[in-house]
Amino acid sequence: MSIRRTPFHAFHKEAGARMIDFGGWDMPVQYTGIIEEHLATRARVGLFDVSHMGEVRFRGPHAMAAVQHLVTNDVSKLADGQAMYTAMCNEHGGIVDDLIVYRFGAEEILICVNAANRAKDYAWMVSHNPFGAEITNESDQWGQLAIQGRHAEALIQTLTPVKLAAIKNYWFAVGTVAGVEGCILARTGYTGEDGFEIFLPAGAADILWDAVHTAGAPFGLANIGLGARDTLRLEMKYSLYGNDITDDTTPLEAGLGWVTKLEKGDFIGRDPLVKQRDAGVPRRLVGLVVDGRIARPHNPIVSDGVVVGEVTSGSRGPSIEQNVAIAYVPTNLAKLGTKLQVDVRGKLADATVSKTPFYTRPY
Amino acid sequence: MSSIPENLRYTESHEWVLLEGDIATVGITHHAQDALGDIVHVELPAIGKAVKKGAGAAEVESVKAVSDIYAPVTGTVVDVNGALDGNESVVNQDPHGAGWLFKVKVADPAEVATLLDAAAYAATLH
Repeated sequence: MSIRRTPFHAFHKEAGARMIDFGGWDMPVQYTGIIEEHLATRARVGLFDVSHMGEVRFRGPHAMAAVQHLVTNDVSKLADGQAMYTAMCNEHGGIVDDLIVYRFGAEEILICVNAANRAKDYAWMVSHNPFGAEITNESDQWGQLAIQGRHAEALIQTLTPVKLAAIKNYWFAVGTVAGVEGCILARTGYTGEDGFEIFLPAGAADILWDAVHTAGAPFGLANIGLGARDTLRLEMKYSLYGNDITDDTTPLEAGLGWVTKLEKGDFIGRDPLVKQRDAGVPRRLVGLVVDGRIARPHNPIVSDGVVVGEVTSGSRGPSIEQNVAIAYVPTNLAKLGTKLQVDVRGKLADATVSKTPFYTRPY
Repeated sequence: MSSIPENLRYTESHEWVLLEGDIATVGITHHAQDALGDIVHVELPAIGKAVKKGAGAAEVESVKAVSDIYAPVTGTVVDVNGALDGNESVVNQDPHGAGWLFKVKVADPAEVATLLDAAAYAATLH
């Protein structure tokens, strides 16, 4: 498969971004530097091209039932205009993907899926649709910009008549942005900051990019690449699909029990998850503060000289100024304060199971 | 601004060497620090350690990646840049100067002359 480009691709090159292949997409990894971009998002506001994410629409009288059957969270709790984070599991309770579900109406749901899982998720949804909902892959029709940071609302408010202050966390509205009709403004994100994710018609990418930059200049808007997107989400211990959660990890192991509603009624993966809950979850995804070294994915976790687990994500946390990691460890070693070690390229670094998120926003 | 100083020698793995008497100061090139991005950790060799040309002697770690630094010459480590501890970004800001990594008392100063000169190193970057 040839490498894919978002509708903002030319702007990234023009802005001097360093590009990488991310799950088959030619994406900006950094513009000015990962730490600078990370801190700009925390201090002011950052702009992220997340158009590689996919969008799948469910319609019809069976839309709600179909989604309820596919995901672990209880979408019957959603009101119109409300969104919800959830996992979608396979028959073994492993995670097919993590998603955000947006309820437009009783018969209309939009689901945002991870870029690398676009085709896999759509195929999974279509082949697990016993209720006969109408399912449409709209991924190529949408661009998506995340605007994250304490000035995000004020910046976007200069571009839209939609009253943003009325949109609470994990709610959304449809409206005009920079004259472009039919945009979705969702108060969601992957950074730990306040902010919005704006879905826009892919053909309006040029208009939005220019308008957001013009409006953003007085707020100190910075372009943010995937490098800082990763360190920002890591400081929040937000899971990255493919690293921290996979087809072989369950939401109970991954700390996603809060979006796994085993009592909501049947859904795919429920039976093995109930069994796992009743038998005791064998391993947990924990946050680690690592002394000295930076732990990287697949570094072994060591306890009393024995390998007991593996790092799934790790980096320097630029805002917390500590080296942090996410790792699976046996449940008996998952308690806060547990002392472990990470085998970093043959040298053992001390690590402590720590409270997460590592970062808390100060406003 | 030249990012490849004429007075240094280079390796194809992007280390630079400044020879003064029989002491070789070693660092990473401007190109290397730029490719690595924000450097947040440097693992330096112990003073007194014997290093062999081409063997791993240090590690430089950025937010995204860790990179082995190979000894460009054979000899003994006589000094390391302790000022980098907590100020690793100096390697980004001044890779050919204050961002030096370690100094080697070389076994054979003539070995340095076998390394790439600035023009030859520049040619490897294209």
